[in-house]
Amino acid sequence: MSDITKQSLTELVENIKNKKLSSTDVTKAFIQRSEKSSELNAYITEDFTSALDKAKKFDQNPNLDLKLPGIPMAVKDLFCTKNVKTTAGSKILNNFIPTYESTVTENIWNEGAVLLGKLNCDEFAMGSSNETSHFGNVQNPIDKNLVPGGSSGGSASAVAGQLTPITIGTDTGGSIRQPASFTGIVGLKPTYGSCSRYGIVAFASSLDQAGPMAQNVKDCALLQEVISTYDPKDSTSINFKRNHYSKELTKNIKGKKIGIPKEYRVDGMPQEIEDLWQKGIQYVKDCGAEPIDISLPHTSYALPTYYIVAPAEASSNLARYDGVKYGYRAKGENLIDMYEKTRSEGFGAEVQRRIMIGTYVLSSGYYDAYYLKAQKVRKLIKNDFDEVYKKVDAILTPSTPSSAFKIGEKTNDPVSMYLNDIFTVPVNLAGLPGISIPAGHDTKGYPLGLQIIGKAFDEQNILNIAFAMEEKIDFKNKITDWWIK
Amino acid sequence: MSIDLKTIKHISKLSRISVDEKRAEKLADDMNSIFEFIEKLNELKTDDVKPLTSIAETTLKFRSDEIKSKNIREQIIKNSPEDNEDYFVVPKVIE
Repeated sequence: MSDITKQSLTELVENIKNKKLSSTDVTKAFIQRSEKSSELNAYITEDFTSALDKAKKFDQNPNLDLKLPGIPMAVKDLFCTKNVKTTAGSKILNNFIPTYESTVTENIWNEGAVLLGKLNCDEFAMGSSNETSHFGNVQNPIDKNLVPGGSSGGSASAVAGQLTPITIGTDTGGSIRQPASFTGIVGLKPTYGSCSRYGIVAFASSLDQAGPMAQNVKDCALLQEVISTYDPKDSTSINFKRNHYSKELTKNIKGKKIGIPKEYRVDGMPQEIEDLWQKGIQYVKDCGAEPIDISLPHTSYALPTYYIVAPAEASSNLARYDGVKYGYRAKGENLIDMYEKTRSEGFGAEVQRRIMIGTYVLSSGYYDAYYLKAQKVRKLIKNDFDEVYKKVDAILTPSTPSSAFKIGEKTNDPVSMYLNDIFTVPVNLAGLPGISIPAGHDTKGYPLGLQIIGKAFDEQNILNIAFAMEEKIDFKNKITDWWIK
Repeated sequence: MSIDLKTIKHISKLSRISVDEKRAEKLADDMNSIFEFIEKLNELKTDDVKPLTSIAETTLKFRSDEIKSKNIREQIIKNSPEDNEDYFVVPKVIE
């Protein structure tokens, strides 16, 4: 069967279940394409030999009742994988081999999938362009020298470029949805507490969530069904009744009330983003749902709040990298000198900057002015959402204020880089689910995404809305294979 | 508010990240532009707002403290930059 890598996850699962394809066929096809795609720099670690062994083993005694039977899958290098190097895109972890598996990846392998390799990302998931990775920037399959977004840039590039049928990323302030939007794919950031954080290299623990990145909404729903489980090993994992998201998926969203928040019409937003949003509102109506104007008055305070809360938590989480038990170590004259040099040489510039911001806002004399203030504003942001959800079922916004930008364009201006996440950050601060779906192209032909934000634990509803809109939008990603050798 | 080089030195010490003069200046510039952006929060009156301390308002559950992984000592030690038998080695702390 030709063009295996062009098939969606749902098609591949069906073809393996019908025995039209074997796991070995599928795994080989993705390995071959990945090997020709080194210019994208999507992988940090390739695990192809082992993947093929696992696929052959699966085919010897195939369990076709599983949800991901023999499906090869590469994952973001922020998930700990037992006996497979896990770097978080950092020099400080460049030789770290976990002795345990993250719950999310464990769930995936338990459903029959096999690991292809570990995908590039911004260092410790801190970045919006995949340019902070110690292992080099990632190319966007859409165009040469275009960033894929970040921090799950390698994941986005690998799905859009068909190096893996589907993948998982993590999203702390937009790290799944923004790269999904930049590469023309679907990305879901689930409700906080939906997917276990156990075994995910921690960035900002009150914001981090793992989620699927896929070619279409149905694939996304299927993977969400696999990864979302209650886990006693994560103290903030929540035990709620989880849907069979892919089975319960429906395009019937008649009568759903969709909020359109006026505060997302930000200064300097390009006309084409506004036009896309208006088109989205029309699609909502075409699906029989009802758009309603709403207000989320504290929206403009979300980014400043995020840039206190996230670095504060990061400075605490990253205190563990001291060069003693694992990872990179620099030589020092004494213990303190060793710590200071290890962290100075082992962390990149953006990570150091965020650790220092976090340390400052938590330091004696500044805690109330910054951290406590941010926690109070975070409450106001959450209250905004609670209030509008009395009137609407979901919210529709653009995913990003622009399409993908050129490599190097924003690296010297941290604040302009941070502004990329202006529409995604409020969702993390409020712990809500949000999905980005490809919805059109800008004048340069680069993809643009729309975001649907749901109520907490209402993933099924936003998946349904995305599923209905996807049909109306009928998006076609413009992939030319320019990087293939 | 402005973050000066002295403050950068202090934060770098607290963060256990050594920073040379040249980097300290760049960091001060970056942090000043970031904090200028953060200062926007002062537009809001929040005296009567309760801070959000946990997004998922659930009570923490206890679980039994059982050892589930077996014989991974060697693997753990193997990840360390320097070891001696079953110990992690660090620069001398006591003379």
